[in-house]
Amino acid sequence: MTVTVFSGRGLTKTYRSGEVEVHALRGADIDLYEGEIAVLLGPSGSGKSTLLNILGGLDRATTGTVRFRDHDLTNASERELTQYRREHVGFVFQFYNLIPSLTARENVALVTEISSNPMDPEKALGLVGLAHRLDHFPSQLSGGEQQRVAIARAIAKRPDVLLCDEPTGALDSKIGVLVLEALDHVNQTLGTTTAIITHNAAIQSMAHRVFNFGDGRIISTHANETRQNPSEINW
Amino acid sequence: MKRLWAQSLAVALVMAAGVATMLIGLGAYYSLSETRTAYYDRTQFADVFAFAVRAPKSTAAEIRQINGVAQVETRIVKAALLDIEGFELPATGYFISLPASGENTLNRLHLRSGRLPGPGSLREVAVSESFAQAHGLQIGSTLDAVLNGAKRRLTITAVVLSAEFIYALGPGDMMPDDRRFGIIWMREPALAGAFDLEGAYNSVTLRLLKNAVMEDVFQSLDNILERYGGEGAYGREDQLSHAFLDAELQQLSAMSRILPPVFLIVTAFLINMVLARLISLEREQVGLLKAIGYRPTEIAVHYAKLVLLISCMGIGIGFAAGTWLSHGLTVLYTKFFHFPYQIFVASPKLYVVAAFVSFAAALFGSMRAVAGAAALSPAIAMQPPAPPSYKRFWSGRLQPLKHLSQLTIMVLRHILRWPVRSMLTTLGISLAIALLVSSLFSVGAINYMIDVTFDRTDRQDASFAFGEARPAQALQDIARLPGVLVAEPYYNAVAKLSNGHHAKRVAILGKPEAMDLSRVLDLELKPVALPASGLVLSEALAKKLHIERGDTVHAEFLGGNRIEADIPVVDIIQSYVGLMAFMDMKALNRLLRQGPRISGVNMLLDPAQSDAFFAAVREQPALSALALQRVSLAKFQETIAENIHIQIAVYCGLATIIAFGVVYNSARIQFAERARELASLRVLGFTEYEVSRLLLLEFALLTLAAVPVGWLAGYGLAFALVQGFQSDLYRLPFIMLRSTYAYSALIVMVAVALSALIVRRRVTSLDLVSVLKTRD
Ligand SMILES: Nc1ncnc2c1ncn2[C@@H]1O[C@H](COP(=O)(O)OP(=O)(O)OP(=O)(O)O)[C@@H](O)[C@H]1O
Ligand SMILES: [Mg+2]
Repeated sequence: MTVTVFSGRGLTKTYRSGEVEVHALRGADIDLYEGEIAVLLGPSGSGKSTLLNILGGLDRATTGTVRFRDHDLTNASERELTQYRREHVGFVFQFYNLIPSLTARENVALVTEISSNPMDPEKALGLVGLAHRLDHFPSQLSGGEQQRVAIARAIAKRPDVLLCDEPTGALDSKIGVLVLEALDHVNQTLGTTTAIITHNAAIQSMAHRVFNFGDGRIISTHANETRQNPSEINW
Repeated sequence: MKRLWAQSLAVALVMAAGVATMLIGLGAYYSLSETRTAYYDRTQFADVFAFAVRAPKSTAAEIRQINGVAQVETRIVKAALLDIEGFELPATGYFISLPASGENTLNRLHLRSGRLPGPGSLREVAVSESFAQAHGLQIGSTLDAVLNGAKRRLTITAVVLSAEFIYALGPGDMMPDDRRFGIIWMREPALAGAFDLEGAYNSVTLRLLKNAVMEDVFQSLDNILERYGGEGAYGREDQLSHAFLDAELQQLSAMSRILPPVFLIVTAFLINMVLARLISLEREQVGLLKAIGYRPTEIAVHYAKLVLLISCMGIGIGFAAGTWLSHGLTVLYTKFFHFPYQIFVASPKLYVVAAFVSFAAALFGSMRAVAGAAALSPAIAMQPPAPPSYKRFWSGRLQPLKHLSQLTIMVLRHILRWPVRSMLTTLGISLAIALLVSSLFSVGAINYMIDVTFDRTDRQDASFAFGEARPAQALQDIARLPGVLVAEPYYNAVAKLSNGHHAKRVAILGKPEAMDLSRVLDLELKPVALPASGLVLSEALAKKLHIERGDTVHAEFLGGNRIEADIPVVDIIQSYVGLMAFMDMKALNRLLRQGPRISGVNMLLDPAQSDAFFAAVREQPALSALALQRVSLAKFQETIAENIHIQIAVYCGLATIIAFGVVYNSARIQFAERARELASLRVLGFTEYEVSRLLLLEFALLTLAAVPVGWLAGYGLAFALVQGFQSDLYRLPFIMLRSTYAYSALIVMVAVALSALIVRRRVTSLDLVSVLKTRD
């Protein structure tokens, strides 16, 4: 049985800068199911990040509705969105956005301190294979390591969803695979619903379902019959 | 440039404070001293003054022969009580003779209106302008004076100013009270007749040649006047009006040495901070410019333009504020200092100097950052700066740290990551606190001085001074006046006290054994009994003479029998006003080999009978001056209260400008540098409140660290000011109230909080999505 975690209907987003209007989303409909890994593919500027930010409560749609389980995010206040992010969402970005003044462990602890049912920072870092790098500062870590700290930080609070915007974008393929493995591992052990934006078509093979973007809409969706292990992915 | 305007303005304001304080402090200093000099020259203000009891006019020729003397003028100077219609209190008039005809040669009057009294006129007078204004007296108005016991109606023919009375302080007063003290000039025959001084004088003033030796002139003059009750010659520095102006000048120069530098140092620091930040933001552009062939000097000039812009703003605002405040000061000065012409506080030259010095400070502050920009190599400049690396503060996992939240750890690491900036921010805030401490403390100090002087030392309501010392029985006449509850006599004798080459001319005050009104307090402010023989000196006088308790001081009494004696100093006591020397009255009279004599009487009055008292006073022939200590105190407090509020407002403003300049700028820079971090926290689900707290906590900690530093610096600054303000006339006690510390810290904390809160508002408008899209 599939449980719908997110459902977005008729989402549009219009940016207005002076005279110019940019339609980043032109009526996107999307459902994400519990426990799945969804990969969002599409050309640059097609609105992937915009959609993900709306789902994650960082941004608001111009029109349309978004529901997360029983929360209606459509008309949520800033305060409610903050609370929503705090309780339910984990983010991973292309640029890791770690806090430079905190060690790996402390970056994770930052989140566990404010969540109700967190795992140990050490355990979260262990899940992404960084048990040996607990006391390093971001400036002392490689890009891949930093990204895995970011994943550990995102999952340590046991979020309902993990939203990743080009998590491997700044990494080469070997390191990128390590990051994907970490995401897959988390999905399997914790069952966290995961959405991954990527430019890299090769990555779609690890997904349960794949969404194809084009011009502010989702043009097509398909489910993978067989999923590939991230370690088999190569680009 | 546009996004920097608020920060630039904050820096410019600090600079403006430096410019303005420089304009006001130095401006007032120079204009006051230059105006005084010009006034002195134009009116032939004397260099030397001396009083005698009664010297024949023939001695004037002798005085003229003294080496170094250029001009001599003899005159009659007497105090007398005045009776002015519609004014319930008796006023004291200071009568000075004009030559029988024509003008004085020395200490010439500046005629405001009317004409000098007619030659030989017995009833026509010229009066000082401030006194005339206080009573609405005009040409043709009349007033009554009791001249040597005889009442005389006088007619005003002139309203005048005199360089001898730029600052006109009545006998026994702490603050000029124009209603109760007037200077009145009469033709010499009129005064000579009234005071039985025909063919004689009791005051002589000299103007000296450039090469004259003061001490020698004093000596020769004293020798001549010795036989005629000479009280010792003195120079301008002991002339009351001149000395008060000197004290004011001394204060101004102390202020100008302290305030502008503080502001300019902070300006330099802020400019360095803002520029360094701007350059690190623009390193890519700088690299690009250098790559396409711009020379380092051209890059430097580009940033120097920003410095120029800030400086222009600062100097412009400083000029405006300085001019406006100078005008306020001019108004204040004209209230206390009577000059014939307007005092223009700041001269054009000073504006140029202030602008130049401030600009130099700004350039100095910008040097390091601009040089750094010019030296950036194009290749390095094009790469993003290396990510800041942090360290754990102390290697071990210290137990207390376990209890800190990660947010707090972030704050602490950030402070330690930029130690110089944190320290300078702390220092800036502490300077604001120090400034307030050094200004607010004077409120407590003045109140303390008033308490010591009026409530514990001189507790009389009023005191009389006789024109000349009288036998002790005169006390009974005073005690019998209606409304006099207690009457206590005193006797004073002018003497030159010396210890080796340290010498000072003072009045030795003889007090009765059972003194209760006007007392002498020791250094712990406990009343002391005067010893049966020997002197008691105030701390300030003892310091001046380099004398300690138990030493002997040489005294030459001026006037009377010209006794000389070595007198032991039995005790050193506290006094914030004047240079005081006390002796038991009987002992003093014995030392001078004369019967019991008194110079005046201190009194406690029954307020219910004050009308009767004042009426009786007007009929007393022997009384020449009446001091009303309680009235004077009220006047003093009223004046202080008026000025202190202005002073506090100005200093609070200045401290706020510093606190704002420092905190707003470093908060803006912090915010810009940490926008990504703060946005990340918001993405992670931290609330606006939590994220702002991160920012504010840092400033709270820095402010907390600044408080003790500021208190300490303020203590030092106040101490320096107290030293700088010391004069023979008065001293401010160095009293630091706890409330001074508390208020100073509180005011600055509020200013810091407000500045940080302005920046905090930006947390709300933080655009999470776009910040995270970009690479560092
Ligand atoms: N703040 C903004 N103001 C104006 N236009 C914007 C803004 N953010 C995004 N856009 C525009 O919206 C459109 C969709 O942007 P979005 O970032 O969602 O694309 P994307 O699919 O994530 O592209 P990429 O793969 O390059 O990241 C783009 O045309 C972009 O220029
Ligand atoms: Mg994108």
